[in-house]
Amino acid sequence: MEKIPILRMGPFLLVTIQVDLYDRLALNLEADLIKTISDTNAKGVLIDISVVSIVDSFMGRIIGNIASMSKILDAETVVVGMQPAVAITLIELGLPLTGVHTALNVERGMELLRAKVNLDDYSSSEDEDGYEPDDQRDY
Amino acid sequence: MTIHLAKMRMGMSQMISVITKQSMLIQQDQDVVPFRNRVKECAVKLKMGLVNQTKLITAASELVRNMLKYGRGGQVVIEAVSKRNQFGVRLIFIDKGPGIPDIALAMKDGYSTGKSLGLGLPGTKRLVNEFDIESAVGVGTKVSIIKWCNG
Repeated sequence: MEKIPILRMGPFLLVTIQVDLYDRLALNLEADLIKTISDTNAKGVLIDISVVSIVDSFMGRIIGNIASMSKILDAETVVVGMQPAVAITLIELGLPLTGVHTALNVERGMELLRAKVNLDDYSSSEDEDGYEPDDQRDY
Repeated sequence: MTIHLAKMRMGMSQMISVITKQSMLIQQDQDVVPFRNRVKECAVKLKMGLVNQTKLITAASELVRNMLKYGRGGQVVIEAVSKRNQFGVRLIFIDKGPGIPDIALAMKDGYSTGKSLGLGLPGTKRLVNEFDIESAVGVGTKVSIIKWCNG
């Protein structure tokens, strides 16, 4: 079974959808993501759909669900990189994705997340994971 | 049913000629991705623009889901067609499911017997140029759509 990876980046989760979505895969992503938010105490989720060539009503609904579910778990969701043709199609289909924050690209999406999330009260299990916030390596 | 079909063929195929034709069985969720790819290939061959391609594939995705969800799978015919000087892709979805008792109601925005948003059929209709549906309770449903390259 294919799986969409969920990367952790400090207080945020990063999901880049690189494959063609079908319903079961989208449903699994929804479940995985919500579980990961709860496990890692994440404050924000960034979903990059720049290589997704179609979003139909089901996937649109899943995106909306993820946003509402993470909101309940005190995490903000930003969807970034939607292709123009996908945006046109979604609106004609009748799915305006209200309630989902969007940004043009990953960079702006991260800015938006940082602006939305108050990180003062963020405490994670960083030490247990051996996560080094002061890592100065060049990536 | 046969009279119905004959009538539909006359209505829709008049002046429409089929250039290529292929057929696919859709039985499970995973069949959807290869099916979408075949539709895309067909649209690309006809040099359909990206926005129209996206609309067509999204419409196809909606209809194939309906077929899987309500019709327990079925058959899809993918055709490159032409009418006068225009070219396009025709998709025909045939299932032997329970059928739709009230097509007018099913075509209404926001109506669904499942747990979905009820955008499938009406949304699909907005995305394509020609949309034809016929259904008989207990026999099955047949949906036929055309997206013209310049439509």
